[in-house]
Amino acid sequence: MTQFEQKIRVLIAKPGLDGHDRGAKVVARALRDAGMEVIYTGIRQTPEMIIESSLQEDVDVVGLSILSGAHMALLPIITQQLRENDMEDVLVLAGGIIPDEDVAALQEAGVKGIFTPGASTQEIIDFIQTSMAQKEAL
Amino acid sequence: MSLISTEKILSGNKRAIARLITYVENNHPHAQSFLDSLYPHTGQAHLVGITGSPVTGKSSLVNKLAKAYRDQDKSVAIIAVDPTSPFSGGAILGDRIRMRELAGDPGIFIRSMASRGSLGGLSKAVDDAIKVLDAAGFEVILIETVGAGQSEVEIVKTAHTVIVVEVPGLGDDVQAIKAGILEIADIFVVNKADRPGAEKTVSTLRTMLELGHASTHHVLHHGQLMTVEETPSHPDEENKKMWEIPVLKTMALKEEGIDPVVTTIDRHLDYLKNSGELMDRNRTRLIDELETALQLELMDRLLGQLPPNHLSETITKLVDRNLSPYAAVQAILKSREVGSRE
Repeated sequence: MTQFEQKIRVLIAKPGLDGHDRGAKVVARALRDAGMEVIYTGIRQTPEMIIESSLQEDVDVVGLSILSGAHMALLPIITQQLRENDMEDVLVLAGGIIPDEDVAALQEAGVKGIFTPGASTQEIIDFIQTSMAQKEAL
Repeated sequence: MSLISTEKILSGNKRAIARLITYVENNHPHAQSFLDSLYPHTGQAHLVGITGSPVTGKSSLVNKLAKAYRDQDKSVAIIAVDPTSPFSGGAILGDRIRMRELAGDPGIFIRSMASRGSLGGLSKAVDDAIKVLDAAGFEVILIETVGAGQSEVEIVKTAHTVIVVEVPGLGDDVQAIKAGILEIADIFVVNKADRPGAEKTVSTLRTMLELGHASTHHVLHHGQLMTVEETPSHPDEENKKMWEIPVLKTMALKEEGIDPVVTTIDRHLDYLKNSGELMDRNRTRLIDELETALQLELMDRLLGQLPPNHLSETITKLVDRNLSPYAAVQAILKSREVGSRE
């Protein structure tokens, strides 16, 4: 069919208890401007809520913004639950205050892209688009 | 391996439902055969449309309505549509923010959809997503439109029951008698009714309803197929009890006034069944779907048959004002012989 069109769908969520969502909103807006469909779920999301939303919305990407310092506690739970729900092909990204020494462990846990202060929205867009293009090529 | 199967959808597998909705959104080549096999299982759910201007509190109302239905142990699916940016094609779908109370309930399925540039605030993909959720066994499907203005009336073709949400203080009496969105309501809800002016809004709406056009409410759409094949009319049309459009007040955030809305929605469904209007509406909806599907398919085929640069050459002629759009259509049809008009 001539009208087959794939849109990249991204869930943006803030796991944990910090309420600073400016960064998440900036990213959401940038992804929208890059032509993606962004499901914005807001603050104080539990891992279960994030998994449920990702599943129902059938997203390609889950972007997690976290500034509270609880990233090592929460992000591995989310990636694990995604795997348990048969969603290991969902690209998981994290942004926020994440010390360098935690990056390797998070990547090991399945957080594919980690964007800390200073990262540009364009880097995030490029990362998503490149990853999606690779996935499609498989 | 395969995520989707008809059986999975029918048994309510959420991953399969979610993926099939993605397929229908993307016009994926596999979507149609699944929809075909699900079709006999559709037609069971009560489709309730919720429309109204932005910031009237549609999402909050939908949230509370879903909760009320869950208290009755009815399963609920929600389709929340938000606008696609006309510039980037992207969208921010933010309706889940207001629905966090529903998280973790296995009897709820929420899907955010972008309008993807369709007119009237709803798209073909929404119709198909409704079929998927209907076949999956959800008893009530709440469809929240994009924040509608005056002309986004397409929901009336999709839903059995249309709720138009208003808030106090939006415009004067003249706004209320303009054509468009106010004509499509089966139920009016004045939300945020603790705000000043709520009574005025309610009485303005009631006055508008008494003025008449709403008491002869009927689905507005009459496509060309409709005239060829008339809906069977009811022998005792006179005796058919008319639905009196209620105006209800709610404060969705405070969870006040919600139960009467649910009761009224149920009462409207009873009315639709008893009056025969349910069949009429279904019929009208299917006629519309058939026409739309036919249009899309014919367009596809036609454009697919054209030589590669025919379209761009035609467009150049249009831009240069050497050819009118109507003449261009006739020329295209003549060249393909798909049935030009005499």
